[in-house]
Amino acid sequence: MHSTLSFSQATTVPRSNYAFDSHSPAFALSKPINLRFCGLRREAFGFSYLTQSCSSRVRFSSRGHSKKISASTGTNGTPPKSFDYDLIIIGAGVGGHGAALHAVEKGLKTAIVEGDVVGGTCVNRGCVPSKALLAVSGRLRELQSEHHMKALGLQVSAAGYDRQGVADHANNLASKIRSNLTNSMKALGVDILTGFGTIWGPQKVKYGKVGFPDNIVTAKDIIIATGSIPFVPKGIEVDGKTVITSDHALKLEYVPDWIAIVGSGYIGLEFSDVYTALGSEVTFIEALDQLMPGFDPEIGKLAQRVLINPRKIDYHTGVFATKITPARDGKPVIIELTDAKTKEPKDTLEVDAALIATGRAPFTNGLGLDNINVVTQRGFVPVDERMRVIDANGNLVPHLYCIGDANGKMMLAHAASAQGISVVEQVTGRDHVLSHLSIPAACFTHPEISMVGLTEPQAREKGEKEGFEVSVAKTSFKANTKALAENEGEGLAKLLYRSDNGEILGVHIFGLHAADLIHEASNAIALGTRIQDIKFAVHAHPTLSEVLDELFKSAKVKAPASSSPVSEPVAV
Amino acid sequence: MASPFLSNTTISFSSSLSSSSLPRLVPSISSSPIRFKSTPRRILTVRSKIREIFMPALSSTMTEGKIVSWIKSEGDVLSKGESVVVVESDKADMDVETFYDGILAAIVVGEGETAPVGAAIGILAETEDEVAEAKAKAASKTGAATPSAPPATPSPAPAPPKPTPAPAAAPVAEGPRKTVATPYAKKLAKQHKVDIESVVGTGPFGRITPEDIEAAAGISPSKTNVGPAVVAEAKPAAPLKATAAAAAPSSLPPPVPGSTVVPFTTMQAAVSKNMVESLSVPTFRVGYPVTTDALDALYEKVKPKGVTMTALLAKATAMALVQHPVVNASINIAVAVAINGGLITPVLQDADKLDLYLLSQKWKELVEKARSKQLQPQEYSTGTFTLSNLGMFGVDRFDAILPPGQGAIMAVGASKPTVVADADGFFSVKNKMLVNVTADHRIIYGADLAAFLRTFSKIVENPESLTL
Repeated sequence: MHSTLSFSQATTVPRSNYAFDSHSPAFALSKPINLRFCGLRREAFGFSYLTQSCSSRVRFSSRGHSKKISASTGTNGTPPKSFDYDLIIIGAGVGGHGAALHAVEKGLKTAIVEGDVVGGTCVNRGCVPSKALLAVSGRLRELQSEHHMKALGLQVSAAGYDRQGVADHANNLASKIRSNLTNSMKALGVDILTGFGTIWGPQKVKYGKVGFPDNIVTAKDIIIATGSIPFVPKGIEVDGKTVITSDHALKLEYVPDWIAIVGSGYIGLEFSDVYTALGSEVTFIEALDQLMPGFDPEIGKLAQRVLINPRKIDYHTGVFATKITPARDGKPVIIELTDAKTKEPKDTLEVDAALIATGRAPFTNGLGLDNINVVTQRGFVPVDERMRVIDANGNLVPHLYCIGDANGKMMLAHAASAQGISVVEQVTGRDHVLSHLSIPAACFTHPEISMVGLTEPQAREKGEKEGFEVSVAKTSFKANTKALAENEGEGLAKLLYRSDNGEILGVHIFGLHAADLIHEASNAIALGTRIQDIKFAVHAHPTLSEVLDELFKSAKVKAPASSSPVSEPVAV
Repeated sequence: MASPFLSNTTISFSSSLSSSSLPRLVPSISSSPIRFKSTPRRILTVRSKIREIFMPALSSTMTEGKIVSWIKSEGDVLSKGESVVVVESDKADMDVETFYDGILAAIVVGEGETAPVGAAIGILAETEDEVAEAKAKAASKTGAATPSAPPATPSPAPAPPKPTPAPAAAPVAEGPRKTVATPYAKKLAKQHKVDIESVVGTGPFGRITPEDIEAAAGISPSKTNVGPAVVAEAKPAAPLKATAAAAAPSSLPPPVPGSTVVPFTTMQAAVSKNMVESLSVPTFRVGYPVTTDALDALYEKVKPKGVTMTALLAKATAMALVQHPVVNASINIAVAVAINGGLITPVLQDADKLDLYLLSQKWKELVEKARSKQLQPQEYSTGTFTLSNLGMFGVDRFDAILPPGQGAIMAVGASKPTVVADADGFFSVKNKMLVNVTADHRIIYGADLAAFLRTFSKIVENPESLTL
């Protein structure tokens, strides 16, 4: 697919642009905004296309191709009423899938373009297979914890694992979810267009497979949902064997004795959980001064005490891995560390493998954004709060949206899906702005970490700016019956709130099943439920959800509860 | 701080008069607010009112603490009970408060630094006048030992036996090569106070592995957490544990190049464990020849009805046991069955109460279940007397190991034609079968066993009662 891409870019696109500019310099200068979507632009575009295909007929020997072109020029002449689709989504990851499903529900004729495999990063190389590995690591760790087993009165001998079996579990899960996703879209009548999608012009998408003629389809609205790829800083040589990214690690082809993990965010942390359970020793390399940046500091500290310190993990903070050489010629993987502040070489590590978990970079290269005068920022597609794409001049590009990792607002699968749904709401006539503050995030270590809203420093900063007092409430899993029954009392839930009006600013949980527990808080934030009201909600006993119940009850809010939503007594 | 379960507990640190040679007061175990007092020492002549603030032991497992932050700064006036410093232990962050009024003259261990439990982390002066003196003292402290250094306590108690230095074996000298140690090796070194620089690494690329540190610290290697795990830990039976522990390391032969280690299956591990445990039982053995012509004849008769020799023997044993309750109070006869990859002893419960045919039928079911690994625990763990028959292989006699928890086990050999002389001096050829019982001498004595065997022999020689 990359070859198609560079091919089309190298030949077609610059030519058409050139033709466009040279044929209509006046327009380009005087009214650049209108040009993008008025009829004139269409003609100009078609014209340039023709010019191009005539001039380079020798190279474009494919007859199918030229046929398509004439076909598309034909449609260009017709008014914009007759689109092929109401909505085209480029990228069938979780974001695109969520948008497609919602679009069908709203009655839109929808197509989704996918150049690789349905499911995108999350399903194939991300959240989904990693959960399979974490499910294994969690159990294995539990079975190997003599102390824990003894406390439960269990006797287990010789807990071990079969690497290939574990890898197969992850792979099988990914294929299963992938086919579920594909089937759900097919069943609803979403057209899956196979091939690499490119923005061909306003309301036009070109797609095609390598070696096949390209197709051009039109749509009233287009959503870019092309996602991201692992980010590898320069100086690091990824060989896929001993220096790897999450893409390789999820295949679990090899369990090294000692692995360095560059980056201690979600990805790095989850992999440290997997690798240490499988018997590896881990060295974290973190550029910031603290491990687990981005987490609430208190939660991060507790997490470090539970997830890092007692395990076979050490770490270097405040350093960059400036050069990583894969193992070869009988030498181990060599990592050169440079002080993040002084930029001076600090140390050299010799390990068996290195996992690069320094974040993810948007996958927007070759998307044809220059066709519509959009310039990416570090690869991210600039969007406004309604996911509408902004062009190089700061103007909105009509009918073009970008969701998910490609816009970089919040690089989470479910955030992408939520953004997609928000876009569909807008194009079907209901204005909708997604509040990212209510989107939860989770890290599936053992125990799990989850959060929604602001961290304590962020909340305090906001409080200072807006002049309100930030209060903190905390509860421990040690007081929860269910957690103790599971012998998993380690954990903390933390609530940041306004004591004057009871608004929930943020909730952070570290403990058993934290990822599942966060939703009570995230829903409350999304719906604007205040603490003084939610504290009257009843939780089944004994459940882990009582951790949150207690958290809300322990908050001290001055505002009175609003009148009960159930005004009449209901007989049961 | 809404919840009482959170980590910010308050603790007072101990301090003592610096000029006297007072023993350090270190709390052994601490939970929530505790105050440590150096009470009787007050009587001593106080030459200087300069006190050291020590790193408190905030938990029983704490060996060192990290200063999270100093709540007070140098020169601050402290009053008794005020929080002075936040210390991070292996478990939690805790506010530490002073037990004395005074002035925080100097901070010896700064924020973010680590100090061993009991080390001075700050100096407290009682009056302004003593501040200068206290500062000088602090300076000497900091000069003497950098507190951030690992707990290099001045008295390196019985130094761990270093591995006999074998410089020749060391990796090819490439000049001053830097020490590479794995994360866990570093942790262990700290824990066992092993100087990592003195350890010769034997891991890949000459790196120091956790095993190297354990060897240097003179401790037996802890079990590897993954992979071919050796037999589960024995139950708290005291002498067993020692045996098992002693056996464990020796059961790991040096790796043979090119070989692979096949881990035990759960069943094999269980067998291994039980066999080692059996060593703690004082056993003795009694053999007895049994004439089986009558039994063989009976077997031929009942064979078409689905009765096996095992069932016959089990029934005979059960009937003999009824008469000798000391050998076995309840008649639950376990019969050893070799199954693919292991050995299991399904139990015929109340074997004396079932007739031969029911017993045979039950036995068949149990064997099938055993082969498909579907036996329920009570179907293999409730035996009180075990029957082990190797006769079908032509074995004429053998000696069985008594499974733990059972009184006796009977090893049955093959029945073979043997020339015998009877009391009248007539020779004849009879089928003789040798049985050999192993019993726990703590509960069964030789005469008991001999009497049981005589009864068993009589029943086998007159087997009609078996079919009743």
